[in-house]
Amino acid sequence: MTTQTIAYREALRQGLRAALAGDERVFLMGEDVGRYGGTYAVSHGLLEEFGEARIRDTPLSESTFTGAGIGAALNGMRPIVEIMTVNFSLLALDQIINNAATLRHMSGGQLSVPLVIRMTTGGGRQLAAQHSHSLEGWYAHIPGLRIVAPATHEDARGMLLAALEDPDPVLIFEHALLLGAEGTVEGEPHPMELDHAAIRREGRQVSLITYGGMLHKSLAAAEQLAKAGIDAEVLDLRTLRPLDDAAIMASVAKTHRVVVVDEGWRSGSLSAEIITRINEQAFFELDAPPVRVCSQEVPVPYARHLEDAAIPQVEDIVAAVHRLLG
Amino acid sequence: MANLSRDTLRETVIDAILAVAPEADIDALPHGRPWREALEIDSFDFLNILVDLEKRLGVSVPESDYHELATLEGLLDYLEKRLAA
Amino acid sequence: MSEFRMPSLGADMESGTLVEWNIRPGERVERGQIVCVVETQKGAIDVEIWETGTVERLVAEEGQKVPVGEVLAVIIAEGERAEGEKAEGEAAGRETPAEPSIPEASRTPSPHAPSPRALDVSPPVPPHAAATSGRLRISPAARKRAAELGLDPADVRGSGVDGSITLEDVERAARPAEGRQAALSERAADAHAAMRQAIATAMARSKREIPHYYLGNTLCVEPALAWLEAHNAERPVAERLIFPVLQLRAVALALEAVPALNGWFVDDAFQPAEGVHPGVAIALRGGGLVAPALHDADRLAPDAMMAALRDLLTRARQDRLRSSELTTAGLTVTNLGDLGVESVQGVIYPPQVALVGFGRISERPWVRDGQVVAARCLHASLAADHRVTDGALGARFLTRLTDLLTEPERLWPT
Repeated sequence: MTTQTIAYREALRQGLRAALAGDERVFLMGEDVGRYGGTYAVSHGLLEEFGEARIRDTPLSESTFTGAGIGAALNGMRPIVEIMTVNFSLLALDQIINNAATLRHMSGGQLSVPLVIRMTTGGGRQLAAQHSHSLEGWYAHIPGLRIVAPATHEDARGMLLAALEDPDPVLIFEHALLLGAEGTVEGEPHPMELDHAAIRREGRQVSLITYGGMLHKSLAAAEQLAKAGIDAEVLDLRTLRPLDDAAIMASVAKTHRVVVVDEGWRSGSLSAEIITRINEQAFFELDAPPVRVCSQEVPVPYARHLEDAAIPQVEDIVAAVHRLLG
Repeated sequence: MANLSRDTLRETVIDAILAVAPEADIDALPHGRPWREALEIDSFDFLNILVDLEKRLGVSVPESDYHELATLEGLLDYLEKRLAA
Repeated sequence: MSEFRMPSLGADMESGTLVEWNIRPGERVERGQIVCVVETQKGAIDVEIWETGTVERLVAEEGQKVPVGEVLAVIIAEGERAEGEKAEGEAAGRETPAEPSIPEASRTPSPHAPSPRALDVSPPVPPHAAATSGRLRISPAARKRAAELGLDPADVRGSGVDGSITLEDVERAARPAEGRQAALSERAADAHAAMRQAIATAMARSKREIPHYYLGNTLCVEPALAWLEAHNAERPVAERLIFPVLQLRAVALALEAVPALNGWFVDDAFQPAEGVHPGVAIALRGGGLVAPALHDADRLAPDAMMAALRDLLTRARQDRLRSSELTTAGLTVTNLGDLGVESVQGVIYPPQVALVGFGRISERPWVRDGQVVAARCLHASLAADHRVTDGALGARFLTRLTDLLTEPERLWPT
């Protein structure tokens, strides 16, 4: 098996190419995915390789092309809809939540919407408040959707393949800061299962529970903590809905201390949900109050220093752990 | 108690000594030599050994008889004599 | 507010390891109460406190090595208010009673002179949670574990977030005996070496600094032995006196006549001891030596003195000496007679100023009323610090000692 070191966007592209090559029902559509090669250059070269019928540029109308994707899925296709950022997906909320998420239930199981929607999420690139939010936790509120957040390169290409096998809609959140990051993958793209969280670093004293772009900051924080003699475990949730409760509780039972690192805002957030579940299911394993490291409750600022201050940083995670351990 | 054999008596005495001086090597004691100095038994240890022997054998040794207890053999002779009485 | 500090349990002690706390915040302590166990080169010592009051907080943690003079705990004296509380009117100030100890000047100066400011920046250990909220601040996991162990969490000291009791605190509290045991067995491994080192340091200092002079006297102990036999006759073995009681008593009374042999030579000056508390040199089985003080040897009746000596010897061998016993002696008495030697020329334990040595009681030719008779005799010696006393004073002491042992009815005059 060959090991390749590639950028995250290249891993996404490998996943797309494998999906397109492996199943003729699969097609990609979205704004600038064809001739322009994708706003983030993820689909660069795919138009030339697979042609206009399968790499389709759409008008600037998220509601329209997401709706078209739902229609195609209902009729047996396996569409991949790319939405430029999670902020713009709000224009397609009606299609995603009122249609994609509900049709199986409203049809008594007669209809299936095997749709995959990809979008970038998160801040850190000075794209200001309309391009930088982390709303995946919001989507994780909706029954009928599966929400995944590939944080590693293998997941970046493999979760897409697994998502296409899912008979129900799957939303994939790709963190904007990861796109250029390099990492390794093994051999050919293969489906990466969507049901389990993954321990990215074993530890005994505190669990850093995180996902997506925050995984790498959490791992860096764990490195720093190790130098201070603190043994932190890092749990990558991978799938935000449904949450892998068993993995979360197992880690809590091991370390007895929890820091949830979530780029979303704190109030009514995914981090709130995770901690609630810990309190419900693992209360007697807790040896300290659960702690959150979240974004400041402001629209993400444009200015670099303000953006840095608004989004969780490695030092914030390290400081939270030190406070927790007294 | 009166029919205690010499060996049993010796074992009882050794037990009482070891209770105070667990590291004592009684087999290495030169025969007929003062045992207290050889085993580094001070007057307080000696008193404790006598208290222990009194408990085990019911023999209370008056201070005026202490001189008869200088050697281990003397101690055994003395106890035998007292037990037989 | 006063600070309970790591005591100096010997001139050469620089630090001790806090093995175990016997108190916790909020608890009342009485003067003389044993509040913690400190591991030193001389073994595990039960440390007493010399103030009556309430424990405000524990500063040092179990297992921590603490330099002499550093704060172990903060105590609020009776009548005082807790830290942070507003004093209404005049807080009833209370003099901290002087801790009986080797004089301050002889202590190794602490490298960090504690100051109020240093206290402010020390990690806050909030008052016991139960005292403020009425509900124990304990983590759910710790509460569950405490229930499993059948442990009352109210007895556990918290070290977690906001002083909460954590799982680890409960686990630790569940094995206090183990903690001491572990410390003791750990010590057993190198106890001999550590104690040897302490003795080496003290004795080298003694011979380096103290100009010893030596005096000796052979005396007939037939009258003393007769007194002892009469006293012990009709008594069960367990209630009898041993000869060292008479020796210690004689030393105590002789010291009253020559107090210059009872004290410490510190900073080029003699400092008299408060009270007569001769150190009793006790050889430990397995090697080593301790010399705890027999308190108030000049005031104890025979049976009380025997009881005190028995207690001291027993605890010395069980490794349970108290801090006050290691700091109060102004001279030491050593008895090597049981080991068969005739005489002792002692080395003074600094900063003490004298050492009295006794050899073995043995039958010798003795002249009585112009006749040579066989009599049981004893050699008594004095090693004394020439910076403090001269031979004439030493001779007065030894003569007095001889008289007292020769005329034993003077030991406890009725």
